[in-house]
Amino acid sequence: MASGSSMPAARQGWGPMRAVGQWVGEVGQRIVDWICGLGGIALFSFWTVVWLLTRRPRRGTILSNFYQIGVLSLPVVALTGTFIGMVLAVQSYNQFRMLGLETRLGAVINMALVRELGPVLAATMLAGRVGSSMAAELGTMRVTEQIDALASMGVNPIHYLVVPRFLGCLVLIPMLTIMADFMGLVGGYFYSVLLLDIDRYYYLEYSARFVGWFDMLSGVFKTFFFGAAIALIGCHRGFNCDPGAEGVGRAATAAFVHSFVTILLLDLMLNIGLEGFYRLLWPEGPRIF
Amino acid sequence: MDVSGGHGESKEEALLRADGLWVRFGRQVVLRDISFAVARGQTLAVIGESGCGKTVLLKTLVGLINPWRGAVYFDGKNLSSLDEKQLALQRMRFGFVFQSAALFDSLTVGQNVAFPLEQHTRKSDEEIQRIVVSRLAEVGLSEDVILKRPAELSGGMRKRVGLARALALEPEVVLYDEPTTGLDPIMSDVIAELILRARQRHPVTSIVVTHDLRAARKVADRVIMLYPLTRLGADEPQIVYAGPPEAMESAADPRVSQFARGEARDRLVETGLSGGV
Repeated sequence: MASGSSMPAARQGWGPMRAVGQWVGEVGQRIVDWICGLGGIALFSFWTVVWLLTRRPRRGTILSNFYQIGVLSLPVVALTGTFIGMVLAVQSYNQFRMLGLETRLGAVINMALVRELGPVLAATMLAGRVGSSMAAELGTMRVTEQIDALASMGVNPIHYLVVPRFLGCLVLIPMLTIMADFMGLVGGYFYSVLLLDIDRYYYLEYSARFVGWFDMLSGVFKTFFFGAAIALIGCHRGFNCDPGAEGVGRAATAAFVHSFVTILLLDLMLNIGLEGFYRLLWPEGPRIF
Repeated sequence: MDVSGGHGESKEEALLRADGLWVRFGRQVVLRDISFAVARGQTLAVIGESGCGKTVLLKTLVGLINPWRGAVYFDGKNLSSLDEKQLALQRMRFGFVFQSAALFDSLTVGQNVAFPLEQHTRKSDEEIQRIVVSRLAEVGLSEDVILKRPAELSGGMRKRVGLARALALEPEVVLYDEPTTGLDPIMSDVIAELILRARQRHPVTSIVVTHDLRAARKVADRVIMLYPLTRLGADEPQIVYAGPPEAMESAADPRVSQFARGEARDRLVETGLSGGV
């Protein structure tokens, strides 16, 4: 009770025992908070999927969010893809030339690009651009009571605010990744063929021979998970934003950091799963070299 | 503590009733055993100093915050027992005017007022436009503001737009959270007048959370005063006054008369910040 919160005098003299007890209490509280946080985002994700499946969002909210997520992200994703392709060419060229295998540069650049670097780096860029902006926007709405206003008008905030963003990330992040892959292929090609003077025929021939549909599709497949994670984490951080400008800033930062870590974890787990699936389809193993 | 009496209404006649409400955030209890009832058509003012839980109480009444213990009954239904869809239907019968107006930044003023109509009715665009113009006129705003963004408006205009939006669906209950806070005395009086006019035009039940006693005296039939739990003993009731606004200054409880007269007395130094229950 308010007036009875002071510790009884007899217990104040316990010294080290009390300090240990306090430490255990704090650790326990942190663990409980962490578990509550996980439960919170699990419930948040569950309701997002339920609302997505049970009630179609309005066209107006979908279009504006798709524009924000998709169209406005095009330049940064295209730039990221192009530079990944060129940097891969720069990094790999010397080693491959020493082995006399520079004509196979296309296979290496394009394989690394479509399977790993394109999806992961595009998702990382989008976690920064889209995820943080979602957290900041929804966090501001939370702080200025706009989310409460929605709920008070009988409009479910998850359906109105989260579902269009989730759908946008789910649909557009794979498409943006395809765009990043394509720009990477173009960047790598031009750098290798025009600046490093690698024979155009062999560059394209080895690229086509070694990079298959499975490689491209597995890269894009992963981005559905990355997209879902970026949207859910960004929106969840925004919805649970602490008060004030500092709270909004922290929500935006946490959205990026948590999304990035989740992308890396998902990437590892999905690669393990996809590798198993690949060996199931082609038991003879990898085909490069 | 039940404060439904005073004006003779029974619990059966009450449109909105709080029954033994407790609200806590983490370990901190903000509301303790709050009970009151508001009869249909009545205006209740909830007053008290900052941090006493007035806004939390208002949000609990509309189901934005779930009570830890106790229940809110609206038209005989316990709001905590309703599912999402039923609760949304009940919320359409409420209008909520937020302290910061809580207008949607991404929408224009017209779209803000039209928002509840677009979400919950099948009215044509022309009809919605007509209602928007009429609601804005009711709060003294011309059609010129329809295309403006909330950021382009003054504080008083934003509160008016918030009121117009809250009245868009002609709700049965309107909840006002600090409607006059941050406004100059004239604009505060304008808002108080608008609250009275809204009540005359539509037969609404209102709950006004405020620490502006002038506004409370002007609009309220009845007042309850909350006291912060941090300064209360374990067994003391949190509602320290329930009665007509005009009797506050002569109340026997010094906490009430001190608040009514706006006197600092022993409060120059803040004490008792040790937390809730």
